[in-house]
Amino acid sequence: MRDAVAELVRDGDSVAIEGFTHLICFAAGHEIIRQTKRNLTLCRLTPDVIYDQMVAAGVATKLVFSWLGNPGVGSLHAIRRRIEHDDPAPLEIEEYSHFGMVSRYMAGASNLPFMPIRSYYESDLPKANPRIVPIESPYDGETVYAVPPLNPDVAIIHAQRANEGGDAQIWGLLGCQKEAAFAADRVIVVCEELVGESVIRADPKRTVIPGLIVNAVVVEPKGCHPSYAQGYYDRDNRFYLDWDEIARDPDRLSQWLKEWVFDLSGHADYVQKMGGAAWDRLLPGDAPSGEVNYGEYS
Amino acid sequence: MSWSANEMMIVASARWLEGERVCFVGVGLPNIAVNLAKRTVSPAMELVYESGVFGAEPARLPLSIGDPTLVTRSTAVTSMYDLFAFYLQAGLIDVGFLQGAQIDKFGNLNTTVIGDYEKPKVRLPGSGGAVEIAINARKVFVIMPQRSRSFVETIDFRTSPGHSGDPEHDAARGWLGNGPSAVVTDLGEYRFDDATGEMTLVNLHPGVTLDQVNENTGWEMRVPADVGETPPPTDEELRLIREELDPDGVYSK
Repeated sequence: MRDAVAELVRDGDSVAIEGFTHLICFAAGHEIIRQTKRNLTLCRLTPDVIYDQMVAAGVATKLVFSWLGNPGVGSLHAIRRRIEHDDPAPLEIEEYSHFGMVSRYMAGASNLPFMPIRSYYESDLPKANPRIVPIESPYDGETVYAVPPLNPDVAIIHAQRANEGGDAQIWGLLGCQKEAAFAADRVIVVCEELVGESVIRADPKRTVIPGLIVNAVVVEPKGCHPSYAQGYYDRDNRFYLDWDEIARDPDRLSQWLKEWVFDLSGHADYVQKMGGAAWDRLLPGDAPSGEVNYGEYS
Repeated sequence: MSWSANEMMIVASARWLEGERVCFVGVGLPNIAVNLAKRTVSPAMELVYESGVFGAEPARLPLSIGDPTLVTRSTAVTSMYDLFAFYLQAGLIDVGFLQGAQIDKFGNLNTTVIGDYEKPKVRLPGSGGAVEIAINARKVFVIMPQRSRSFVETIDFRTSPGHSGDPEHDAARGWLGNGPSAVVTDLGEYRFDDATGEMTLVNLHPGVTLDQVNENTGWEMRVPADVGETPPPTDEELRLIREELDPDGVYSK
């Protein structure tokens, strides 16, 4: 992780650590904080606790998003302090809706100049963000709204498993992982498990990102905590609730970053520091998929 | 049996879902209301979550709309583009739930900022999928507590459009949806007047007075002569909420 972030995430980059609730790579966010990257533009539909931590640590000057909150809990307090009070520094924002952000990645991944969507009619969002533009259909004159492509410099995608070549397989919520990866200039795949190519080829339908577009593969078990990896460990809802208290107090937040990020050498330390009992609590039961037969056609 | 204000909101919202087929679910009170409806008035209802799940059968109460329990044993997991484009934008969603920090008499909702957008007093979460739900779901139900600071004459930012106040304009919009059709609060149930698009009291919850409604509304609420009373929660509805849907009382206490 250290090498991948050092080489592929550069000061001033736009960075998308995607994943909708599921498979958010906190381990990568923490490594970016540890390496004191600066002036990043952070892109995500839901900035989530990971971007609250990164914004608090001072790595970002701009946020591109569609829903700014701690899901099911409340606010992201470090980000709110910067937007409401410029505390300790202003934070530029560029705001869309979920469908707007999803469509931006689609346009970016498809090499299109914009995506049209039926949204934003009579909403104040296009006034707040002039990059959301009404256009007329060339066929019947109907008005739709255009959103611009989003092509991050770097996308960081967590997957349940990948091979050394970067072919990555995901199950459970897919979010915009695929779209963000295809839209990005550079892609870091982080996985729970490294598997052989035969495992990938036995179930090609589950491959979301091909190694063709991947610049680095990092094996980082439990790298999503407090987010989750379906079938591997549960979302740590207790942490999301705790973060609300931690982030309300800037001093407590700084202390948390020191203890859980800066004082650790990497995510393996974090996993160990959490302790076995914490991980046992997050272990799900089994619910295996059925098998299908692709057929042998030799 | 006695009940909390939140339980009354959950029960009233669930009953509005009778006969609905496909519901776009938000987390919190709507989530419990929809799951209650599935166990009572609409057993065949399909639950859709914006995280990319169709036909969810949650085995526990999810804290977030991206909880892994929504995936396991669901009918389909989709990309978010498929969910918003094929399911919502193309018209497969019968009902969506919205909430807001502010609502006006026409059902316009603000979930973006209190104060000025550039220099907000309070920065709220923003749209998420709300603006798309408001425009593309065939019906929209709003569920939120009623206070004079949230039921306001003028909202600070229009995140999701409601009715315009001009029914001819609304009819000409050509959207799949056309502004919220019902609002459920801790005080009562409301619909929107066909002629004016204005919020109108339908039922007061048991024990709630008209004075309470007026004290907690920032405009003069339309009150017809024949205001009714919301039927109280049944023992079975309360049992389902307390024993199955929210045993810790996270949302319903």
